[in-house]
Formats: sequence, structure tokens, C-alpha cells
Amino acid sequence: MNKTGRPLSPHLTIYRWPITMTLSILHRVTGVALSVGLLALVVWLESIAFGADAYAMVAGLMDTIIGKLLLLGWSFAFFFHFSNGIRHLFWDVGMGFELRQANASAWFVVLASVLLTAVYWFTV
Amino acid sequence: MLGSGSAKDGTEHWWAQRVTAVALLILGSWFLISIMRLDSFAYDSMVDWAGRPFNSVMLLLLSLTLAWHSALGVQVVIEDYVYGPFIKVVSLLLNRFAHAFLAIAAVVAILKIALGDS
Repeated sequence: MNKTGRPLSPHLTIYRWPITMTLSILHRVTGVALSVGLLALVVWLESIAFGADAYAMVAGLMDTIIGKLLLLGWSFAFFFHFSNGIRHLFWDVGMGFELRQANASAWFVVLASVLLTAVYWFTV
Repeated sequence: MLGSGSAKDGTEHWWAQRVTAVALLILGSWFLISIMRLDSFAYDSMVDWAGRPFNSVMLLLLSLTLAWHSALGVQVVIEDYVYGPFIKVVSLLLNRFAHAFLAIAAVVAILKIALGDS
């Protein structure tokens, strides 16, 4: 069926996964993660409103290893969604659509979100 | 209407998502920087921080804008992945209800802190 010897399209075995696709998926994943983060934010605000005991309990949960991992994850999700969101806003005004630009901005977003997360946790 | 697709709407959803996105760039940055600059996470200092007028206003804006943006985003995810008309409508309703609940809960908490005499 492939007499010419040329690759068929789409040919999954030689298909190179583009970085832009990973970012597109990650934008959605981090968005949903941040929606869960909204729930945590509201619980945290409510605990301050409820009083010292409630706040101590929530603060205690945040201080566990799982709590800290969640906060780290939410902070990364925020910085990623933040950076990639700016990338989307540039697209919305018609800028940065060229393949080279889209690939470059994708790697910039990866770099920026990792750096921002690291800087935030080192200064907090 | 010609050119508006079979759904006949979507522009408002799209636009609201962008407006809230831009607002959240500012509000989210404020929140993280404000938290970062706190000296203490003790209960009294948290009440003091959240109760300051400017911080209360920013927290209210953040919570409401975040709930709105989140509701719009989760709605698209449901529309994309949840099949079957019944379960889809139920999911979309629950999405709205849950986000409305979170938004109001945040408002009540922030106002209680801001107006309380503690």
C-alpha cells in the first residue's frame, strides 16, 4: 500500500510530538488544577473567618508533606497558566502564530513557569 | 444568523474568559506578592492582613473573578469531554452551582473578616 516508500500521513511511528501540543494540554490540566485550588482558597478564607481553631487546623493541613506538595503544585500550575495565558492573549490579538514563534514562546513559557515557581519558593 | 455557527452564541463566553484572564494577571500577582511579603502566618496577623480595606477589596475581586474564570473554563472542559445529553446538562448545572457557592462563600468569609471586630 505504500509503493513510493514515502511516509504515510499521519504516520504515528515517525510522528514527532510537538511541544506546542504538550503546552495546550498542560494549559487545560493546570486550569482544572487551579479550579480545585479555588476550593482550597475558599476553605482557607473561611477558616480565617471561622476563628483561631479552624485556621489552626487548615494551617496544620497545609504544613504536612502532602499539603506542601499541593501548594507547590498549585503555585506551578498558577505560574504556568499565567505565562501560557499571556501567550494565548498574544494569539488573540493575532501575534506569534508562526511556527517558529509558537515553538519559541512555548519553551519560554516552560522556562518562565519553572523559574517563577523556584524563585517564589526561595523568597517566600 | 449567518456566520455565527450552529450554537448561535459563544462570543460572550469567549470575551468574558479574556476579560477575567487579564484581571487575574493583576489579581493573582497581587495575591502571591502580598502573601510573600507577610512576616507571619499566625492567626492574628492573617486576620489583620485580610481585614485591611485594600486587601479585602482585592480578595473579593480575586475570589469573584477567579470563580467566574474557573466556571467558564470548567464549562468548556465538560462540553468537550462529557457525552450524553442528560449527564452533560447535569454536569453543566453542577458546575454553575458549585462555582456560585464558592464565590458566595468567599464573599461571606472576606466580609466577616473585614467587618468583624476581632
